[in-house]
Amino acid sequence: MADIVVKTEDVVKEYRMGSNILRALDGINIEIERGEYISLMGPSGSGKSTLFNMIGALDRPTEGQVYIDGQNMSQLSQRQIAAFRCHRVGYIFQSYNLLHVRSAHGNVTLPMIFAGISERERNERAEKLLDMVGLGDRMYHLPDELSGGQRQRVAIARALANDPSIILADEPTANLDTITGREIIDLIKRLNNEQGVTVISATHDLKMLDVSDRIVDIRDGLVERIRNRDEIDIEVGEVGGEGE
Amino acid sequence: MQQRTPIEEQIDLPFVESLRISFQSLKIRFGRSIITTAGITLGIAFLVSVWTNNEIGVALQESGRQSTINTFEETTEQGISTKDIWLIVMSLIVCVVGIANSMLMAVTERFREIGTMKCLGALDGFVVRLFLLESGFQGFSGALIGALIGTLGAVLLGLKDYGLDLFFYFPLLPAQPENGPMQLGVIIVILLGCILGMILAVIGSSFPAWRAAKLPPAEAMRTEV
Ligand SMILES: Nc1ncnc2c1ncn2[C@@H]1O[C@H](COP(=O)(O)OP(=O)(O)O)[C@@H](O)[C@H]1O
Ligand SMILES: [Mg+2]
Repeated sequence: MADIVVKTEDVVKEYRMGSNILRALDGINIEIERGEYISLMGPSGSGKSTLFNMIGALDRPTEGQVYIDGQNMSQLSQRQIAAFRCHRVGYIFQSYNLLHVRSAHGNVTLPMIFAGISERERNERAEKLLDMVGLGDRMYHLPDELSGGQRQRVAIARALANDPSIILADEPTANLDTITGREIIDLIKRLNNEQGVTVISATHDLKMLDVSDRIVDIRDGLVERIRNRDEIDIEVGEVGGEGE
Repeated sequence: MQQRTPIEEQIDLPFVESLRISFQSLKIRFGRSIITTAGITLGIAFLVSVWTNNEIGVALQESGRQSTINTFEETTEQGISTKDIWLIVMSLIVCVVGIANSMLMAVTERFREIGTMKCLGALDGFVVRLFLLESGFQGFSGALIGALIGTLGAVLLGLKDYGLDLFFYFPLLPAQPENGPMQLGVIIVILLGCILGMILAVIGSSFPAWRAAKLPPAEAMRTEV
C-alpha cells in the first residue's frame, strides 16, 4: 500500500485580470508518494509555480482539492494552515526569498521561533543545519554578503528547520551557474536519500532529470505525461550524448 | 519525521519575541527607518510650529502686547483669526497625508518579506503586531523630535515678532482667559502632537500591513516594488 503524501484532485486555478480569466491550472490530478523525488517540468508559463503554490498552501485553488497527509487543505483553519507551513513544508524559491534584515543564522531560526522552540535549542539546530549545508563559517553574514549559491544553501537550511516531511522547490537552480546549480541539486538529493524527505521541485533544468524518481510534465496547466525512473534513464543518456 | 498526525494549530508568539524581531528589523534597516521616521518628524514639526505659533500669538495679544510687525488686523473678537484656523487645518492635512504616505511606502516595499514570513509559519496577527510595534516606536520618537523642532521654530519666530516679552507671557500651561478662547498651552500642544504622530504612524502602517497579511503568501511575494 503506497503512502501518498500529496494528492491533488481536479485542481483548477484561475487568475482574474480585469475582464479576462486566465486558467493557469486546468484540472491537475497527481499523487506523490512519501520519500519520492518529483520534478515538475514544463516551459515557462505552463503552471509549475501555480501548482507549487497550491501544494504548499501558499494560495487557494479555484476548484478542486489538495490533500496532504490525507488532510483536505481547504478544511484547515488559518492557524492550522500557518502550522502546516511552519512544520510540514520547507520552501525553496528561485530568488531565495531570504529576509535580508536577518543573518543566515537568523533566517534559519525564524521558523523555529514561530514553532515555539526554545532559544538554546534553535541556536544549536541552526548551527547544525548551516554546518550541514557548508556555511559553518558564514553563519552571521547577512544575505547581501553571500553569493547566490550560498544564499540558496541558507534557504535550504531554513527549509529544513522544523524537520518538514515535504521540500517544495520552485526552480531552485534557475538563478545559479551550472556548477553551483549541480551542487544545490546534489544537496537536495542527499536530503531526499538520507532523511527520506519528499522533494517536489519545479524546474526546466535538465540536470534535475537524473536525480528524479518521476517527472511530471506540465503543459498549459495540464499534466501532459508522467515518466518513471527507468524511462528517464534512457533519456538522460540521450541528453548526455547530445551534450548540453 | 511527522507521519499522519492531524495538523495542529499554530501558536501565538510570546510578546518579547515580537518585540525583539521588530527592534532588530528597525536596527538593521536603520537608514530606511530614519527616512520613514523623518517623514513623521516633518509632519509633526510643521503642525506643532503652526499651532504653537498661534498659541503664542493669542497669548501675547491677550497680554495686551502688540506684535512689532502688526499681523493682527484680521483678528476676531475671540482672538483667533480664520487665517490661523485655516493654517492649522492645512498643516494638519499635510501632516496626515505625509505620515500616511511614508508609512504606506515603508509597508509596500516589505510585501515580499510579509509573504516570506507567512511561508515560515507567521500568523496574520503576528505580521500586524510586528508593524504595530515598529510603527509605534517610529511614530513616537519621530513625533517627539518633530514636536520639539516645531516648538523651537515657533519660539524663534515669536522672538522675532515679540522680542523677550515672549518669555514673560509664554503660554506654557493651559489657560482660560476671561474674554478669550481657551488656550491649550505649549506643553499640551507638544503632547497632542506626539500622540497624533504615533496614532497616524500606527494606523498608516498597520492598515496596509493588515491588508498584506490577509493576502495569500503567493500574492504577497509576487509584489515587486
Ligand atoms: N498572480 C497571477 N496573476 C495573473 N496571472 C498569473 C499569476 N500567476 C501566474 N499567472 C499566469 O499563470 C500562468 C502560469 O504561470 P506559472 O505558474 O508562474 O508558470 P511557470 O511557473 O510554469 O512558469 C502564466 O500564464 C502566468 O502569467
Ligand atoms: Mg515559475
